Amino acid sequence: MPETKETASVEQATVERWEQETLRPVLNKRPERKKRFESVSLEEVNRLYTPADTADIDFERDTSFPGEFPYTRGIHPTGYRGKLWTMRQFAGFGTPEETNARFKYLMGQGQTGLSVAYDLPTLMGYDADSPLSEGEVGKCGVAVSSLADMEVLFDGIPLEEVTVSQTINAPASILLAMYLVVAEKQGADWKKISGTLQNDILKEYIAQKEWIYPIRPAMKLVTDTFEFCTHHVPKYNPISVSGYHIREAGATAVQELAFTLRDGIEYVEWGVEAGLDVDEFVPRLSFFFNAHNDFFEEVAKYRAARRIWARVMRERFHAKNERTLQLRFHTQTAGVSLTVQQPLNNIVRVAIQALAGVFGGTNSLHTDAYDEALALPTDRAALIALRTQQIIAEETGVANTIDPLGGSYFLEALTKKMEDGALDYFDKIDAMGGMVEAVEKGFPQREIQESAYQYQKAVERGEQTIVGVNKYQMEEEPAEVPILVIDEGVRDHQVERLERARDKRDKGAVANALEKVRQAARSNDNHMPATIEAVRAYATLGEICDALRDVYGLYEEPAF
Amino acid sequence: MTSDEIKPSLLLVTCHSSLVTAFMSERKIRVLVAKPGLDGHDRGAKVIARALRDAGMEVIYTGLRQTPEMIAAAALQEDVDAVGVSILSGAHNTLCPRIVSLLREKGLDDCLVLVGGIVPQEDISRLKEQGVAEVFLPGTSTDDIVGFLRENVRPRA
Repeated sequence: MPETKETASVEQATVERWEQETLRPVLNKRPERKKRFESVSLEEVNRLYTPADTADIDFERDTSFPGEFPYTRGIHPTGYRGKLWTMRQFAGFGTPEETNARFKYLMGQGQTGLSVAYDLPTLMGYDADSPLSEGEVGKCGVAVSSLADMEVLFDGIPLEEVTVSQTINAPASILLAMYLVVAEKQGADWKKISGTLQNDILKEYIAQKEWIYPIRPAMKLVTDTFEFCTHHVPKYNPISVSGYHIREAGATAVQELAFTLRDGIEYVEWGVEAGLDVDEFVPRLSFFFNAHNDFFEEVAKYRAARRIWARVMRERFHAKNERTLQLRFHTQTAGVSLTVQQPLNNIVRVAIQALAGVFGGTNSLHTDAYDEALALPTDRAALIALRTQQIIAEETGVANTIDPLGGSYFLEALTKKMEDGALDYFDKIDAMGGMVEAVEKGFPQREIQESAYQYQKAVERGEQTIVGVNKYQMEEEPAEVPILVIDEGVRDHQVERLERARDKRDKGAVANALEKVRQAARSNDNHMPATIEAVRAYATLGEICDALRDVYGLYEEPAF
Repeated sequence: MTSDEIKPSLLLVTCHSSLVTAFMSERKIRVLVAKPGLDGHDRGAKVIARALRDAGMEVIYTGLRQTPEMIAAAALQEDVDAVGVSILSGAHNTLCPRIVSLLREKGLDDCLVLVGGIVPQEDISRLKEQGVAEVFLPGTSTDDIVGFLRENVRPRA
């Protein structure tokens, strides 16, 4: 039954009684540890939450049941009792051979999905032999310059059966094309392939800053992949709208939530503008959030995300398909929270962050390795990260019941506060004309920079504790951890394969295909068919990106 | 060497401090915050730039994806006392020594090169041998960086 104003005021009166009779005498004798208690987003947290704080929340309207609108408690009626979240560890380093071996190792240890990390030259659309790639090949992920690398990367991994997530943005459509051609060579049916392409270019301008082209042509490339996948790869998620990087860049939880979902709205608008049916393509949009240190704030964020998305899709886009209303998301624990100091403490941080993702009903999860503030993870560190998920899933009992924290006065009030905060940002961004316009004005960028600076200052004043960094430091650290060193010879190895691929290919076919890519870009046609043809002919990533650079030019970030 | 030719795009960052400088006899510490390589993670670079500015230094931020050549040219043009290089991608062994040697080639013998980011312990001593003044790892307080610059920048007339 909905709460009325009267019951709310009665509840408020009870709280006041408690404050007067029980709390005050204690506070008079002994003050609390701090004047103000804050979340990691520097938001004030109250002493106690009671029914008075949830008086304006209606169970049926706002909370409801799992699998029912507005999906606050999850999209599956059986929660994790039916199927656990997908354990999808992000991995990639060095050569495609090395990463292929890591993939097989992780799958042998019970991992249920793959996730590819590409190196910086690949992310920026340069081949391994470009002068700009010097010193960076294979360092932050696996190096892929052409189909020849992709064939090695997925050798012996059946793409019709395994779901693969690819973290690639500015040149995402080209890596998707390579993936589809490898699948085709394996004899896989594109209609059966599922997996996810990150392909979220807006958050690159906002936060991670690995862009190539100016914003509007880049948005067009993304929209092309929506259209192509809807028709040819219907079970594939062509985008993972990502708050992860927004948070890592310094955003608060509310900013992460608001900017990510508003990015999602922007993509839906571009898809609709391109003539796609909301109920056909939106069900394949997926999301990606961070799991930071503040446990309740994170759980509230995920629950609010599902509720906001369901309402926006119904009210703003008049969606009718239930799948359109259901926000599905991946979670990764917060890389930015890991410390170089006393690195084994990171195992504990990751476990608690992962637990927040699970209480929030994440659909898939990556747990960071304890050595990631030092380097890319070793086999041992990656294994402990995976085991952390398995312990949460199978030992703790938290997956036995759905949304176990639902109904907590604190959590429900916080979920509402998150929702209200995000909607305020939507109003501001809508008033600017939309997310593309807001990004062009530098609005989310400035908001995030400000939050990052305020957080740093709070840490330096000791108001936010980081164990081992600004409290409980040790002069002599107990144990150094072994780290993964990427061999400087990776580049030579990659350049060699690149040169072999260039020698063997039909040069006329490559030139023709690249010209078709340029034509598609100029004429505003969907660039995917031409891109797939170029990939089949072993045109390299750098060459295809250059063809698009010829037409679109490069993005230059204004000074904010 | 003068700092007369400040590029218009850099004026926003520097004009306020320059006005203040005009009324002070002591020269302010000038720092170029640089982000070399392909990586775009600029949270650290931007926080440091603001913290140094708040500490009264003049700060010029290069923006993303600057080559060592571009960084050395900017350091010369801006007549800086120090270059703070933010690097998280693992490319420090390639990029940092080149920045140091280009600065020295241009005659910037006293210009300090500070590195901040993810640098494995065993690389730190090698970078220092190659002329890097200090390496600051994640978790460093901005006050420590300010303190280091105040202590180590050689005073100029």
